Amino acid sequence: MAKIHVSTTINGEPTEFLCDPADTVLDTLRDTLGLTGSKEGCGSGDCGACSITIDGRLVCSCLVLAAEADGHEIETIEGMAGSDHLHPLQRKFLETAALQCGICTPGFLMAAKSLLEKNPDPTETEVRYWLAGNLCRCTGYDKIVRAVMETAAEMREGAR
Amino acid sequence: MSDIRYLAPQTLDDAVAQYAAAAGAARILAGGTDLLVQMRSGLKKPSTIVDVKKIPELTAIEETADGGFRVGAAVAGAVLEEHPTFGKVWPGVLEGLNLIGSTQIQGRASMGGNLCNGSPAGDSVPALVAAGAVATIAGPDGTRELKVEDVPAGPGKTNLKPGEILVSFTFPARPKGSSDAYLRMIPRTEMDIAVVGVGVSLTLENGTCTAARVGLGAVAPTVLLVHGAAEAIIGTKLDDAAIEKAAAACSAACNPIDDKRGTIAYRTKVAGVLFKRTLAIAAERAGRA
Repeated sequence: MAKIHVSTTINGEPTEFLCDPADTVLDTLRDTLGLTGSKEGCGSGDCGACSITIDGRLVCSCLVLAAEADGHEIETIEGMAGSDHLHPLQRKFLETAALQCGICTPGFLMAAKSLLEKNPDPTETEVRYWLAGNLCRCTGYDKIVRAVMETAAEMREGAR
Repeated sequence: MSDIRYLAPQTLDDAVAQYAAAAGAARILAGGTDLLVQMRSGLKKPSTIVDVKKIPELTAIEETADGGFRVGAAVAGAVLEEHPTFGKVWPGVLEGLNLIGSTQIQGRASMGGNLCNGSPAGDSVPALVAAGAVATIAGPDGTRELKVEDVPAGPGKTNLKPGEILVSFTFPARPKGSSDAYLRMIPRTEMDIAVVGVGVSLTLENGTCTAARVGLGAVAPTVLLVHGAAEAIIGTKLDDAAIEKAAAACSAACNPIDDKRGTIAYRTKVAGVLFKRTLAIAAERAGRA
């Protein structure tokens, strides 16, 4: 079966690739494009380690076919930091040790960024519900939730 | 290298033609949150995938001429949640859909996919049944309509004929004093499969229930429309005796499986309890509507 040609935008860069019909976006990011920041935890949409946004919408890249990305805009963890500075969420995760092994971290960061874009002033309950699709086996979540809350507060302060 | 074909038709006519031509081993792709998992596990091995998300009828949310809504079968939960009015008129339908999975899953999962996946525990289905939603289905022989409660045929099975595609759901206009609600019982607090799910839709006029429909999920091979529960409360002021009678009708309608999530006795009892809680929420909302 022929490969499918896909034209997309990844982290602002027009990107073209060839994929098999059954390849997922995660397969293509990691194995074809070398963007290995998105992790494969479960491959079934349970763990959130492969979280990306497509046209601004948070999704699991393991549950999207690469062919579906044609004509759409993808944002991955690789696009989160600026050229010489980390995103405030990334900085806060480091400062507050909101990670240990780090496998879940790209997914948490993408999900948290998506939350703060939609809701700059979330309650702790809202943070916990929004991040319920991201699993972490190290931290017990508390440091992650606090890091997101603190970042949100700082970003609101900075926006004033 | 896989030997799967991926098709993404732009029109419903093309989709019907391509799906019918691909015959038995073709699968419809809406949000993919069930299909891709089933493919990965080897449960489904489609020869052709027909992605329906480029088809306007499957992705539109529109108000109908008579004041109801039509929602495309492939509309994602997060998209329906952002609609300015749908969730105000049908809060129960929306909360059922929004209970499916995580934020990430909500970015993709749809009511059409949930219904066609055929799980008796699909969270969006009981509220769709209670709402009296009608499914529009397109196939090689034309378009037909089917009440949502008539779509499931058993676990993993629907009454869609070969080559037919679920296009959209049509919701009736709502009289003043109408609302709905959905609750599910799960052993955890979030991210689980319903042990019992209850959808209630009703209309109140001066405190008297003039119309009601009750959908029950996860307690039988298909989601059920429980006529007896609705009949027990229609014409009443939702007094305790009427509610008890309706709850008993819900428990009596149960024909559940016994599994690790819930025994037959548990599911049967909880169906009645959960009905009462769901009714209270729907009635409170209807009082404000």
